[in-house]
Amino acid sequence: MTGEASVAAGSTIDALGQFELHPVLGHLGEALRFSQSPLFMLIAAAIVLVFLYVGMRPAAVVPGRLQAAAEISYDFVHDLAVSTIGENGATFFPFVFAIFFFILAGNYLGLLPFSFTYTSHIAVTFGLAIMVFVISILASIRFQGVGFLKHFLPAGTPVWLAPLLVPIELISFLSRPVSLSIRLFANMVAGHVLLEVFAGFTIMLAGLGAFGHILAIAPIAINVALTALELLVGVLQAYVFAILTCIYLREAVAH
Amino acid sequence: MYRTPRLFLFAAPLAAVPGRAVAAGMPQLNFHDPLLIGQVVWGAVIFGGFYLALSRFALPRVERVLTDRRTRIQSDLDVARKAKAEADRASAELLSARHEAAEQARAHVERIQSEARASADAHAAETAKRLETEIANAETRITQSREQALSSLPEIATSTTQDLVARLIGPQDEQAVASAVKRVSA
Repeated sequence: MTGEASVAAGSTIDALGQFELHPVLGHLGEALRFSQSPLFMLIAAAIVLVFLYVGMRPAAVVPGRLQAAAEISYDFVHDLAVSTIGENGATFFPFVFAIFFFILAGNYLGLLPFSFTYTSHIAVTFGLAIMVFVISILASIRFQGVGFLKHFLPAGTPVWLAPLLVPIELISFLSRPVSLSIRLFANMVAGHVLLEVFAGFTIMLAGLGAFGHILAIAPIAINVALTALELLVGVLQAYVFAILTCIYLREAVAH
Repeated sequence: MYRTPRLFLFAAPLAAVPGRAVAAGMPQLNFHDPLLIGQVVWGAVIFGGFYLALSRFALPRVERVLTDRRTRIQSDLDVARKAKAEADRASAELLSARHEAAEQARAHVERIQSEARASADAHAAETAKRLETEIANAETRITQSREQALSSLPEIATSTTQDLVARLIGPQDEQAVASAVKRVSA
């Protein structure tokens, strides 16, 4: 995302140009509405699948490094799903695994220069959040029937409080996909805008002559630190998304 | 979590950036862009395929390897536990056999000792009996000798007296001397 093309006209920094969608594969991509965002989704999915395939190919009893990494990622998400959701966690484990690694791979791919971060698009993150929302509602109906609606009135509440509490619970329930999607989207956008802006500073300072060349080191140093921070934020946001998914699913399957 | 420093860093350059970037609006919110909706549809397709590939192929493969490992470790542990139990049993058997053997040996030694003691006692008793018999025989013989000696005493005394009398006063009536001796010694 630190492509030189996004620094427009030298004197201004186009921090948001990196989020623009462009069709790939020429006219075919245009006709299919295929931009670089789905392209990177494909790459991310392929990387995860290849990682699991190549990692598990030896199927050794004593794993090598790559196999150990594949097994650790499996165990990590499996423990997360089972410990959070409960005994039905294994049912939802592939879904949680897909969510976690789809977001993680997207976040990390976006840190590579000239790549695209599909998790920086609210449409994508909201789509994921709505999917989690719908699946948790379907799971609620499947596991609890229509009775799951009684969660909107917490147990032991006096009936006269219901007109107040039910709307509050309803709003908090409906705001879940919004908070889930905006959290991820905002974190990704903020990180990438920052990287872009400081990269732009470097270029602008470099235009000021010898003194500027020395000063230009500072934003580069900041960008190095920001990249480290983004590596942390990338995995953290994927984890937060996955664990909130698990928490919503636990409420759905709990009796 | 990292909101405070990030927001600060975020706000600082935005304030410095001339209005153009902000005024242009975020491309993410340009919902007239067909590519924006296109990526959601594509995203759904790709995520669906990703989920299917994971749940049908990739993850069961990992699970199979993990399960195999668990069962193998479990069976190895079972074998090891069984071997240990057998070793324990064998060691216990060895111990009890040794204990038994020691008991037997002790009993054997005791029996031999008591036998030896008994035979020694029997031997001693036999010896004592033999000695007693011999003592009794000897006493009998002594008594007989004494009696013999005592019974021949009057005869000797008579003959001695006859000799003495014959030397002193000449030959006398032997019968009278014998009766005289008999009278004196009685």
